[in-house]
Amino acid sequence: MATYDWVFDTLGLRGWCDGAGEGGAPMSMGDLLSQTGSQPERSVWQTPFPSMDALNDACTAFPQSREVTQGLEEAFLGVKDTLSYVLDPITQPLSWTLRWALEIFQATPWFVMIPLLAVVIFAVSRSVGLLAFVVGSLSALAFIDYYDYAMQTLAVIAVCAAICVAIGVPIGIAMSRSDRLQKVMIPVLDMLQTLPPFVYLIPLIFLFSVTEPKLYGIAIILYAIVPVVRLTNLGIRLVDPEVIEAADAFGMTDRQKLFGVQIPLALPNIMAGVNQTIMMSLAMVVIASLVSAPGLGVLVLRGIRNLELGVGLVSGLGIVILAVILDRSTKAALARVNAAQKN
Amino acid sequence: MADTKIAVRDLYKIFGEDPQRALAHVRDGMRKSELLEKHNHVLGLRDINVDMTDGEITVIMGLSGSGKSTLIRHLNRLIDPTAGEVRVNGENIMEYGAKRLRRIRRRDMSMVFQKFALLPHRTVLENAATPWIVEGRKKADYEAEATRWLDRVGLEGQGPQYPHQLSGGMQQRVGIARALTSNSDIMLMDEAFSALDPLIRTDMQDLLLELQKELQKTVVFITHDLDEALKLADHLVILKDGEVVQQGEPQHILTNPNDPYIVDFIADINRARVLRARTVMRPGTDAAGEASGQVDADATLEEVIAQAGGDTTPTFRVMQDGRQVGTLPMRDVVRALVPTAASDENTDRVA
Repeated sequence: MATYDWVFDTLGLRGWCDGAGEGGAPMSMGDLLSQTGSQPERSVWQTPFPSMDALNDACTAFPQSREVTQGLEEAFLGVKDTLSYVLDPITQPLSWTLRWALEIFQATPWFVMIPLLAVVIFAVSRSVGLLAFVVGSLSALAFIDYYDYAMQTLAVIAVCAAICVAIGVPIGIAMSRSDRLQKVMIPVLDMLQTLPPFVYLIPLIFLFSVTEPKLYGIAIILYAIVPVVRLTNLGIRLVDPEVIEAADAFGMTDRQKLFGVQIPLALPNIMAGVNQTIMMSLAMVVIASLVSAPGLGVLVLRGIRNLELGVGLVSGLGIVILAVILDRSTKAALARVNAAQKN
Repeated sequence: MADTKIAVRDLYKIFGEDPQRALAHVRDGMRKSELLEKHNHVLGLRDINVDMTDGEITVIMGLSGSGKSTLIRHLNRLIDPTAGEVRVNGENIMEYGAKRLRRIRRRDMSMVFQKFALLPHRTVLENAATPWIVEGRKKADYEAEATRWLDRVGLEGQGPQYPHQLSGGMQQRVGIARALTSNSDIMLMDEAFSALDPLIRTDMQDLLLELQKELQKTVVFITHDLDEALKLADHLVILKDGEVVQQGEPQHILTNPNDPYIVDFIADINRARVLRARTVMRPGTDAAGEASGQVDADATLEEVIAQAGGDTTPTFRVMQDGRQVGTLPMRDVVRALVPTAASDENTDRVA
């Protein structure tokens, strides 16, 4: 019979195995196959790993491996109601903000919006070249009727990146002040960063209604918050210890030290983190279109689903343009910060 | 004699996991290397007792690793000791809470750093006004004061610049202005001039002496450079491996080194430029008839030799405030130029 029969026989568990009968787990394909014909003789080289399924072959009372995933699912469904009861009201403002931002970005007419963006970008970057590029590329997108989608994407990114900074910078500061918190947070950040982005979506779909904007909002924030937390922590830890000593020697309070010395000196690193966070939210907003995030991602998805090659490519190009705009303007701001305080 | 401003008493500092346990070994006489080897603790300072007199420059000298930077950081408690006291104006600052400590750091002591430690995102004026800004004062309040001190250290019109636009020497002038703006009595200078090139260093030493003549602050100056130490010090403390090897008036240490370490140290200096007539003279007023002139008590031997024209026969009267305080035969001058071996005399003559 099965390879591991002897385990249960020697342990004297045969009775327990047979007692459970066949009623346990649903029948797998393997079971069906093994019922159809006599099992071929296995050589030693084909000895299977003593996995849950292999052991189940020998003893039907032993659980199958799919029960692990099933158990996880059931456990999640068990706490789901309580969890969403707590999380729903807390995260509701995110939905409101996203809806509100989407409305504003779309309601504002193009002849107001494009100059407004131009002014903002000039204010942060002081670069005429960048200004011309932004106006030109946005006009080009508008000309091929992709303006609305681009604005939706921008609105989602604006809200999510702002929330990432608002939450991420304080977390980074807290991490920089406590080695213990840093030890706890780094594996969490590593996990958030390496977990495939699609995986975020699965539990969120169970928790929240797909019609709620917060569903994709949370997914984007979780994915994009990592760099700003990391680089804030790093930036503050890298501040010249002698300058900190000087701050202490002149009797600064912790608060004065944080806002007057540490944050300003860590600003180049924090800004680099903000830049990365914006780039990552842009990447995630495309994937989040699977769960109804509006914007250019929807067109990419349509391109894949309906094999509309042109739509997919052009909207992909639109995302690249947005990425370049956001990247260049944050980098220009970063360069200005750097120039103001090089040592 | 002036009052003691800062008194360091029985100060020990040990770095490591369990300093208190290591302290017991150190008190039993364990050496630095043995402590590191057997217990993996680093001995920073051992049994330091130093009095720093009001209005004087106390120079703490030692090579790297001697604990001099650790010692100066105890004076404003940037580092807390393992055992011992630091008394400032008669109060033990080890008993201070965070608030009192901040106050004494703001009002009573200021610090100048080796690598300047200016705030790169603030202008020179704002950096110089740091002590006032820390107190929450507005620009209207501090501008005049900070500008006055910037002018005093030779930085007229540099207020709106940023530190990175200035050279190293100028940045350290900002550091000194920042320390002066606080109007504190005590100024701690941690290798303040070590990062500067030699010519600028000399300029800065002269600036410090000039300011000191005018302001009479209690300066604690850390250096690894003996020439600098001898130039600035009223009271010289020599540290080695976290212990005071010898302390006293610099001239006295030069003529009476009590440790082979110090003898090595002073072997290479230009004694003619450092020793003074009053150190070498024979005290007393017996007006030697053959006296061929008079020299000031504070004249260096170099000046005396120049005055004698290289001749080794004359004898000079040594004058202080118009009164004769001793006689100085040229033969003694020449003899004093030969480095002395370590003397057995351990008592420090009071300056």
